[in-house]
Amino acid sequence: MAATYSIAVVGDWESVMGFRALGLDTHPVSSPEQAREEIRSLAKTDCAVIYLTETLAKALPDVLDRYKDELRPAIILIPGREGSLGIGKENIQRAIERAVGADIL
Amino acid sequence: MPNVAVNPTRMELTRLKGKLRTAQRGHKLLKDKRDELMKQFLETVREVRALRAEVEDELMKVHGSFTVASALMSSQALEQALLYPKQSVELTMTFQNIMSVNVPVYDFQTKSKSDADIYPYGFAATSGELDAAVDALGHVFRKMLKLAQIEKSAQLMAEEIEKTRRRVNALEYVKIPEMQESIKYITMKLEENERANTIRLMKVKDMVLKDAIEERRRRDAEAMGS
Repeated sequence: MAATYSIAVVGDWESVMGFRALGLDTHPVSSPEQAREEIRSLAKTDCAVIYLTETLAKALPDVLDRYKDELRPAIILIPGREGSLGIGKENIQRAIERAVGADIL
Repeated sequence: MPNVAVNPTRMELTRLKGKLRTAQRGHKLLKDKRDELMKQFLETVREVRALRAEVEDELMKVHGSFTVASALMSSQALEQALLYPKQSVELTMTFQNIMSVNVPVYDFQTKSKSDADIYPYGFAATSGELDAAVDALGHVFRKMLKLAQIEKSAQLMAEEIEKTRRRVNALEYVKIPEMQESIKYITMKLEENERANTIRLMKVKDMVLKDAIEERRRRDAEAMGS
């Protein structure tokens, strides 16, 4: 089942504009609420990967949790313009803790 | 006594023994599954960490280039330059089965084949920094897609490991001991019944024997007297 899907980038305008040149669906948003709406509607469409800036992700932990165990979409955090906040790394850590039951690495 | 409601019958015992065997086999299989999943998961996680660090690093550089580009150009010009993409990306998703976990495998096709031809603008009105930024971004993007794939895999595997771990523990520490306890209880009860039965038989035999002896004595005494 190799259907074609789209890739979306959600973030503030400065962070996402570059991705437009690559032909990705960019969704510039200015507030976390807007991003939440955007992700919700994207999840209903044929969107397989959503890149979300960490700045927004920080305000939307519930959205991340909601889609964590779903096959689609995969929400992947990328550092925004302001630099990496370490949330992406923290999420990996959380996944490990969840699987192992303790922090082992 | 864990389960007092259990019936101490032979049928129940056979049933419980069968259940216990199944549970033990299931436990072993689940344990193997958990171990293998864990091995794969840790490998994936290691990859994710390395790749994430790389991607974050490179993306910061790209953001830097874009910042320089936007400093050299007006924001309208920049927006205009990037407004209509020449390139378009289509993602195909297939699935790979790692120990019964469906993980996605992403593959993308770009509309224009050559990487050199992705700039959606003329070179006259834009600064060179923008070219470099777009170019670098195109490079990072491949890694980002790979990151998306393995990070999602890691998340899905983490979920499955958690489930499997719970099942293993439930079997190991609750279900199996409970059944063993019940089996022990039934065996003991049955043995007890068996012993009670033997004793009863012995008692009955004693009584019958006593009666028989008395009867014989009585007859002997009659024979002597007559």
